[in-house]
Amino acid sequence: MPSRRAAILGGNRIPFARSNGTYAHASNQDMLTATLDGLVARFNLQGERLGEVAAGAVLKHSRDFSLTRESVLGSALSAQTPAYDVQQACGTGLETVVLLANKIALGQLESGIAGGVDTTSDAPIAVNEGLREVLLQANRARSLADRLKALTGLRPGQLVPEIPQNSEPRTGLSMGEHQAITTSEWGIDRQRQDELAAASHRNLAAAYDGGFFADLVTPFLGLARDQNLRPDSTPDKLAKLAPVFGARLPDPTMTAGNSTPLTDGAAAVLLASDEWAAGHGLPVLAHLVDAETAAVDYVHGDRRDDGLLMAPVYALPRLLERNKLTLQDFDFYEIHEAFAATVLTTLDAWADPRFCAERLGLDRPLGEIDRSKLNVRGSSLAAGHPFAATGGRIVATLAKLLHGKGSGRGLVSICAAGGQGVVAILEA
Amino acid sequence: MADRYLDLVNSGLGATVAGRLGLPRPAVLRRYTPGDPLLAGPLLHGVIKNGTVGSGLDGLDGLLESAGVEAESVDSEGTKWNGLLLDATGARAPEDLAELRAFFAGPLRRLRPSGRVLVLGRVRDGTDPAADATRQALTGVVRSLAKELRAGATANLVQLTGDATAADAEAAVRFFLSARSAYVDGQVLRVGAGAGQATADWTKPLAGKVAMVTGAARGIGAAIAEVLARDGASVVAADLPAAGEALAGVANRIGGTALQLDIAAPDAPAELTRYLTERFGGVDIVVHNAGITRDKLLANMKPAQWDSVIAVNLAAQLRINGALLDTGCLREAGRVVCLASTSGIAGNRGQTNYAASKAGVIGMVGSYAERFAERQGSINAVAPGFIDTDMTRSMPMLTREVARRLSSLQQAGQPVDVAEAVAFLSQPGAGSVTGQVLRVCGQNLVGA
Repeated sequence: MPSRRAAILGGNRIPFARSNGTYAHASNQDMLTATLDGLVARFNLQGERLGEVAAGAVLKHSRDFSLTRESVLGSALSAQTPAYDVQQACGTGLETVVLLANKIALGQLESGIAGGVDTTSDAPIAVNEGLREVLLQANRARSLADRLKALTGLRPGQLVPEIPQNSEPRTGLSMGEHQAITTSEWGIDRQRQDELAAASHRNLAAAYDGGFFADLVTPFLGLARDQNLRPDSTPDKLAKLAPVFGARLPDPTMTAGNSTPLTDGAAAVLLASDEWAAGHGLPVLAHLVDAETAAVDYVHGDRRDDGLLMAPVYALPRLLERNKLTLQDFDFYEIHEAFAATVLTTLDAWADPRFCAERLGLDRPLGEIDRSKLNVRGSSLAAGHPFAATGGRIVATLAKLLHGKGSGRGLVSICAAGGQGVVAILEA
Repeated sequence: MADRYLDLVNSGLGATVAGRLGLPRPAVLRRYTPGDPLLAGPLLHGVIKNGTVGSGLDGLDGLLESAGVEAESVDSEGTKWNGLLLDATGARAPEDLAELRAFFAGPLRRLRPSGRVLVLGRVRDGTDPAADATRQALTGVVRSLAKELRAGATANLVQLTGDATAADAEAAVRFFLSARSAYVDGQVLRVGAGAGQATADWTKPLAGKVAMVTGAARGIGAAIAEVLARDGASVVAADLPAAGEALAGVANRIGGTALQLDIAAPDAPAELTRYLTERFGGVDIVVHNAGITRDKLLANMKPAQWDSVIAVNLAAQLRINGALLDTGCLREAGRVVCLASTSGIAGNRGQTNYAASKAGVIGMVGSYAERFAERQGSINAVAPGFIDTDMTRSMPMLTREVARRLSSLQQAGQPVDVAEAVAFLSQPGAGSVTGQVLRVCGQNLVGA
């Protein structure tokens, strides 16, 4: 175990906007810069040289090869703050937190900002693969004749651009279709999903009304609250929506209401050593204790037990074992709501004796959790889920919850595309 | 926003035409930028002697010298003055005022643009009717003289209590002579004994202080945050969460800290004191600037319009002040400045709710003064007149143009003018000023 733990001092995010909503014309760099500036303003870091800024985006223009560094240069931070991009699909945000926390624990850094950003509105559109081949060939040609010859390969169909797909390259299935299979295999019924979704909206709305986000969110482009939030959402209203995923499966249950919509936004977390925090007069909200990643073979694996978004299920027992903890030893559970069914599958799997014995190698199941401790200030179903921004949103929220409670322990669980997952423990 | 009329009459042709037609000719006011001298040129310093009995205020000469003022005691034909300072603290009989007339008569004609007239007097003490009458007479002189002056010149009166010394008046004298008081005209400010702390560095008077400004995302609040930071304070800029984007911009521009908080929320006082204590170990300067208007004739006013204005503009200030004092979050020698309004003094049609809140603030300041004095603190109100902000920008053009000319300076003030007054009252050396209302209104013609 490292000699010191990284402290989480706070966070900042911009409200999340629905795709092609308020941030339709904002780039990833605009959003990340605004988020960094909000954090700088909150913690009086103008002109400060931080150890590092690590952030990333899942959907990225090729021109944004150095997105985070460019955002730092455009922010109020010292231009002497180094930065780099990280990418682990929806795990990006949490992974950057783990990365910087580890460097702080090792004594390589005293401070840093971890975060992520994503836009599904200002998405990168690439030229058609055939067109790209032709243009590159023409570029490689040495003579005019060769160049012209290469260009004869141009075809009208090549004008159709490549639009990024929210689907797995190896299966061609979207994330929703993958989860629909898992949902069906695990028999997660519609009512449970709608209840979870309604609770997310209810909790997030109450948190805003109670001022919980006053020191976690900075408005952007006139948007002061998450655009997807529906405070009046109820299970009854959600029950009226038609299923959108798993249409070919028997009895589809996943709707636009119990799945997260495409969203734009950014989030950042301020991490530091305890000494740096004290030197800056900043209270420590929580410490990062440990983290674990896992991946599943969703391509060739079992249809039920190796679902695309089930990697956190596998990561957690390894993390608990290493820290000598049980699933019940937490005061708050933050399980990313990619889909309501993802959360429910995760919880069901941890409580399933057969699965825990066969797939996790446990003598007895991890068991149930106290559902009143789950996503108590809302989560992705209500707030939205700009892929790389979710980790920062959750970590800052959980750290504040733990600080408010005075002491305690929280669990973060985030699933990601590619069959990956990241889990982490925070303590105050 | 641009004052096109002011620009016009300050252009060559515009000046000629306005002069011929007898139109108002507002001047471009001299405003303070760091590094400026207190006065751009010489000051004539006179003293009313009251025969052989009275003498001037001890130490005033030294004070002026240390402030870098080029002070002369004798007028000479041909000298153009940037300031005229009359020490009338010794005036005790109506006949003494003849010396006042004699002092001003000639030099006034040679007062430079944005010149400063400052009279020092004593506060009435009820012991000698003739002396008190003479002291009160000075207020009439200054208020009338302010209306005579042209070209951006101002006249103000500083009244010292019987035991107040030149040192107690230093911060006020410097403020009124400098360009920081550009839009303060025709005002009477009372100075008591015991300035408390001395201002160590007059170029960074707020160095080492922690200041909190509410409503700081824009307009007057943003200007206050900027000026306090310029004067050396670490500034916490507070505003509603919904204003957070602009607020972060202000905080980052001035190297301050953004605090998103609804001051009218039930838990705001506790939240605020907790935050200030946790982050800064307390606070030295609190500026209650946040305010809202919900204008309506009283006959038509809805409960929500009434209640929200009272809650934000007055009740929140009371609750926060209470918490600051009770928790000790406001440190020794703390300074509180509350934004009032000339509407709260003179009244304004359609603003019964707003005027109630702003007059209430004036009452609160007076009531608190003693409690603050017990801990070397001070609490004052600043009452802006017509200031160019988003609020006045939305007025109909003609109404705005007329309103702009309805003051002795014949123009609207700028947010920075209010900010300068707030910064002055926040200084360590300004502790001798407490329970006062300082108007920043260019001697607005209503409610004087």
